[in-house]
Amino acid sequence: MAKNPFQQAGSSSTITRPPSGGELTADSLFRGMAYAAAAVIVLLVLAILWELGREAAPAVAKYGLGFWYGTTWDVNKEQFGVLPEIWGTLYSSLLALFLGGVFGIAIAIFLTQDFIHHRLALVFRTIIELLAAIPSVVYGLWGIYVLIPLLRPAADWLHDQLGWFPLFGTSLSGPGMAPAALVLAIMILPTVAAISVDAFRRIPYKVKEAAYGMGTTKWEAILKVMLPTASSGILAALVLGFGRALGETMALAMLIGNANQISWSLFAPANTLASLLASSFPEAGTVEVQALMYAALVLLLITFIVNVVGLGVQQYTVRKFEGKK
Amino acid sequence: MSDIEATAAAVAEEAAFVRPNLQRQMWEGRAVKNNILTTLTWIIAILAAIPLISVIYMLLIRGGTRLFGSDIIEVLTALPPAGFEMGGGIGPAIIGTLVMVAIATATSVPFGIMAAIYLAILGPTSKLAGTSRFLAKVLTGFPSILAGVFVYAVLVVNFGYSPWAGGVALAVLMLPTVVLAAEEAIAQVPQRMKDAAFGIGCTRTQVIWKVVLPTGLPGILTGVMLAIAGAAGESAPLLFTALFSNYYLESLTAVNNPTASLSILIYNFSGMPFENQIELAWTASLVLVLIVLVFNILARLVGQPKV
Repeated sequence: MAKNPFQQAGSSSTITRPPSGGELTADSLFRGMAYAAAAVIVLLVLAILWELGREAAPAVAKYGLGFWYGTTWDVNKEQFGVLPEIWGTLYSSLLALFLGGVFGIAIAIFLTQDFIHHRLALVFRTIIELLAAIPSVVYGLWGIYVLIPLLRPAADWLHDQLGWFPLFGTSLSGPGMAPAALVLAIMILPTVAAISVDAFRRIPYKVKEAAYGMGTTKWEAILKVMLPTASSGILAALVLGFGRALGETMALAMLIGNANQISWSLFAPANTLASLLASSFPEAGTVEVQALMYAALVLLLITFIVNVVGLGVQQYTVRKFEGKK
Repeated sequence: MSDIEATAAAVAEEAAFVRPNLQRQMWEGRAVKNNILTTLTWIIAILAAIPLISVIYMLLIRGGTRLFGSDIIEVLTALPPAGFEMGGGIGPAIIGTLVMVAIATATSVPFGIMAAIYLAILGPTSKLAGTSRFLAKVLTGFPSILAGVFVYAVLVVNFGYSPWAGGVALAVLMLPTVVLAAEEAIAQVPQRMKDAAFGIGCTRTQVIWKVVLPTGLPGILTGVMLAIAGAAGESAPLLFTALFSNYYLESLTAVNNPTASLSILIYNFSGMPFENQIELAWTASLVLVLIVLVFNILARLVGQPKV
């Protein structure tokens, strides 16, 4: 067949032809570039690990494991330890996780279990998403000028009345653990709520119908059927929210008081790994920078483990409901 | 027994039979528990909205009076005030934030979309795709200050503070968001459209450029806008990459060129004992929230399917 049967007589259009050599070259070039771009993500993570490791190496060699349980941060004596910061990071994040978790899960239930009209639920969802859009530093400013003055009378009253109780052992002199944890809770609430909403949405509708068919009240259905079914998704939400809280920096640097101490008291100033980096890094000398790099490595390790666990649980949930991918 | 008698007996029997009340009673234990929990949930939902309302109220009251007052031009263009000085503005910080976000967008978006193309179409099940997808998800939970530490070690140590260092730090944070959002958008392009394009003899590149990218564009743009909104509000990675400056950005040189940004200005001014600076911090917060909000709204607008 010499002539293309679809080609009109006299037309020189060459629309039906195999790809030309140039097109094939462009194709393999483009695919190579896409492959390289995907590899960039892997290389980036490796570069981050390598750079932090390299910069921290002198401090790791010098302070070793003692860095993890040392309690002093003294530039003049070149003594560095981050136990108070690890304590502050975990304590503030756990407090925030407790508050943000209760609120986040309650809101996920509120939004998915037919409490309000679905249009209103959309409005509410947007409000929660807007909470996530407000920059951390603005929350810090709000914490300093709204939350701390608001908390102080309550904190003083609690300290006067229940001062023997370790949680209220000191008075709130300004920045401290309570305002920091509260702001942190507000900041992780959208994460927890969004992932929990997904977990509830993934439950097939027939599960709820079956529960109602057995004559349960709405809350019996929620507590005994929906929550256990969504539990792994909610666990993922909590773990990922915890990861967010661990790495949060600016609001904490502004609110927690940057005090190098370990205390149970909610009203005492404390410090976290991230806010230690934020407040000390800009003015640090060579030796302190090495110690700070070590602290950054500690923070990286902690958040990496928490995030990997959270993602693992999340993937397990997806598989449970949607079959193995 | 006649029919009438039988009917009468049946009626009597039915009257004697006490039907169980299947209606749920208001004061039954489980109904009370149900109502209490419902009320609690409503209270929690309303409580959760209070911080947002309070933040917005404070931004409008304390930042809005200055921003929407008579000296709006001064606020938006003047240099930040020193010490006891009155007046002043946030001009350099606005420019600095916009420049660094632009640098971050220009560096992260091309890589992000290319990587997403690989993850979604070219090799979705390959080992590289699995690894980078997982690492991208891990990176979304990466503490933002560590991006600053990383760029400090790579760029700042060698070249000093610059808008480029700040931009690259933001790009590190934007990349995973862009990749994951673009991958999802690309994966949602219907298989039959790709099949049709392959069927008429397109190479894979042609399918991607002529079919997949135009179709997936709204979703990709949504992801990009959300990533920009997130980057604009970031402050921790800029703290020791861009540092801060009281003056306008004069050149884009990457060597020793500290750059102002809105978020660092808020951070610096929040701790100052001067009323004027604190007021400017609120004004800068309002401007920053407005910028973030604009990109959030854009993300929703471009993401809507075209009719």
